Amino acid sequence: MSQGEPEVAGRFGPYGGRYVPETLIPALDQLDQAWSEARVDPAFTGQLGQLRRDYIGRPTPLYLAGRLSERIGHRIYLKREDLAHTGAHKINNAIGQALLAERMGKPRVIAETGAGQHGVATATACALLDLECVVYMGSEDIRRQKPNVERMGLLGAEVVPVEAGARTLKEAVSAAIRDWVANVEGTHYVIGSVVGPAPFPALVRDLQRVIGDEARSQALEAEGSLPERVIACVGGGSNAIGTFTAFIPDEGVELIGVEAAGEGVETDRHGASLSAGRVSVLHGSLSAVIADQEGQILEAHSVSAGLDYPGVGPEHAWLRDTGRARYPSVTDVEAVNAFRELSRLEGIIPALESSHAIAWLLAEGATGQEGFDLVCLSGRGDKDLAEVLGLEDRA
Amino acid sequence: MSGTASATGADGSARIEAAFAAARAGGRAALMPYMMGGFPDPEGSLKVAAAYADGGADLIELGVPFSDPLADGPVIHAAATAALEAGTDFEAVLEVCASVSDRLPVVLMAYTNMILGGAGPEDFGRRAAAAGAAGVIVPDLPFGEDEAVREMLAAAGLAVVPLIAPNTPVERRAEICEIAAGFVYVVSSVGTTGERGELPADLTDLVEDVRRRATVPVAVGFGIGTPAQASEVGEAADGVIIGSKLVRLIADGDGLAGGLEEVAGFLSEATAAMAGEGSPPVR
Repeated sequence: MSQGEPEVAGRFGPYGGRYVPETLIPALDQLDQAWSEARVDPAFTGQLGQLRRDYIGRPTPLYLAGRLSERIGHRIYLKREDLAHTGAHKINNAIGQALLAERMGKPRVIAETGAGQHGVATATACALLDLECVVYMGSEDIRRQKPNVERMGLLGAEVVPVEAGARTLKEAVSAAIRDWVANVEGTHYVIGSVVGPAPFPALVRDLQRVIGDEARSQALEAEGSLPERVIACVGGGSNAIGTFTAFIPDEGVELIGVEAAGEGVETDRHGASLSAGRVSVLHGSLSAVIADQEGQILEAHSVSAGLDYPGVGPEHAWLRDTGRARYPSVTDVEAVNAFRELSRLEGIIPALESSHAIAWLLAEGATGQEGFDLVCLSGRGDKDLAEVLGLEDRA
Repeated sequence: MSGTASATGADGSARIEAAFAAARAGGRAALMPYMMGGFPDPEGSLKVAAAYADGGADLIELGVPFSDPLADGPVIHAAATAALEAGTDFEAVLEVCASVSDRLPVVLMAYTNMILGGAGPEDFGRRAAAAGAAGVIVPDLPFGEDEAVREMLAAAGLAVVPLIAPNTPVERRAEICEIAAGFVYVVSSVGTTGERGELPADLTDLVEDVRRRATVPVAVGFGIGTPAQASEVGEAADGVIIGSKLVRLIADGDGLAGGLEEVAGFLSEATAAMAGEGSPPVR
């Protein structure tokens, strides 16, 4: 088995699986079958390829960030997923899964969203393909990400506020799964990250790996060599898996996933499942989860709604265990500082999620080698302005 | 904690099957009320268990509260949240189990993470068996997933009760019936737990099919909230599971005492209705 590939169907080492109610098993089998067929069907891949190019705007640029490089003392390339249609990498997955829903003859699509980017991406894909769209979103996230809520409404999606628990991403996923259990016949659940029961982690990875596939050839073209370090933020982990996958066989390339330390991993207010979590089941798969000693899931915290999640994709847990990737974390304060710094240095306002990857680089600095680094700038930060400016007012 | 670690896997199954047989001998399907362990709080929960045993329950399904219960609707989810907020841990649930397990079989309902995310399946199984539990239902451990967990729970002496949903394919139904221990839990309709105005018209067909395939009794749960529904389901199935309705009576009652009174009234109506409408068909 090669590193990062499922050892057996649906598992990454011991992680993954399908820990879901019996009612969902037929739907997961159907999805698995549909994806196995679609991914090798020229009609499907042709349509997806065309939409990627003409609608999403792929390939997204690989940009040598001059002033950031100067600040760090090392050449830094940004993979500009913020320039993809709807402003984040989430659209790569949403378009692919919406096409799959259409192919399976399911007229209704549901999704969860944290920062709102996946909700917007799914609402967009559903508008494009004329599918009914319902998005579950924690009411705390609705407050934090108002522009995206308004965007989803414009696109014709129904946004359902979720009031349970901390009213953030974890509860939104649970609400979406409960909807799916009740309406499984005519509904497809477009999960937003490389989490959930199999085959979702592999399916979302397959749809997001376009980021790293493009970035790897762009890097080779620009530099004639591969990057020393590939860096991406990790909440559920879809932009990171999407960026890492092409580089996993390149043993000289260091893979770094940056988690949200929130107020510090030593506190009980963070989102760093891989640094400080336990082996547990959340939302249908076994992975690293922030949980107590009896297995109760704890609330995560991050200033960034997209990283405010107590679990992480099972493939990341496996990449951690095998040592192929490592997963440091940065705090809310460091991320907000990076948000401001990149805005001023490059004229690029990054999403608070992506700001975590930049923050790690700012703290870590140069490698001392001649090479260069590649960072996935997973999304744009317009949605975060109110939150960041609010923080400054409170400070 | 009281109770002895005397049970074996076969023993847990045998105790459960004997309870179904005794109900049938009494002329009706077995009644298995569900309760959330530690709800409304650990002490009150002991009284709920006693009220179920006093009120005519043949078996008890005892929920282990979990923070993220994906198979449950709002009533049971809220009860789990309240139980956890009241300080319920697994030990407190086991105390409830031990308090009634010598009167009737107790089947735990525990999400996978309560088994895997805690001290592991062996520890879970050993402690559950020591508290007198006869079986365990794991609503998010479908057939074919992590068989090692199922085996370890069975080795600890617990009947591991599988679930069959209305959309479970026929071949899969047959495989599930083959590994079933204690009883087969038929989920009445797709969706999460919670009362339903109407049960699916083809439920009887599903129950009859599963009864033909299984060598253990077949009980139906999800959505049963009235004595009339219990009676209707009890005509086809060996057992009837009532959950959200009873949890709601406790939650909405005039204090715990008021809630317990409502529960006693409901259980008495349900058992009467089930006895009146005829017994389940003999195999």
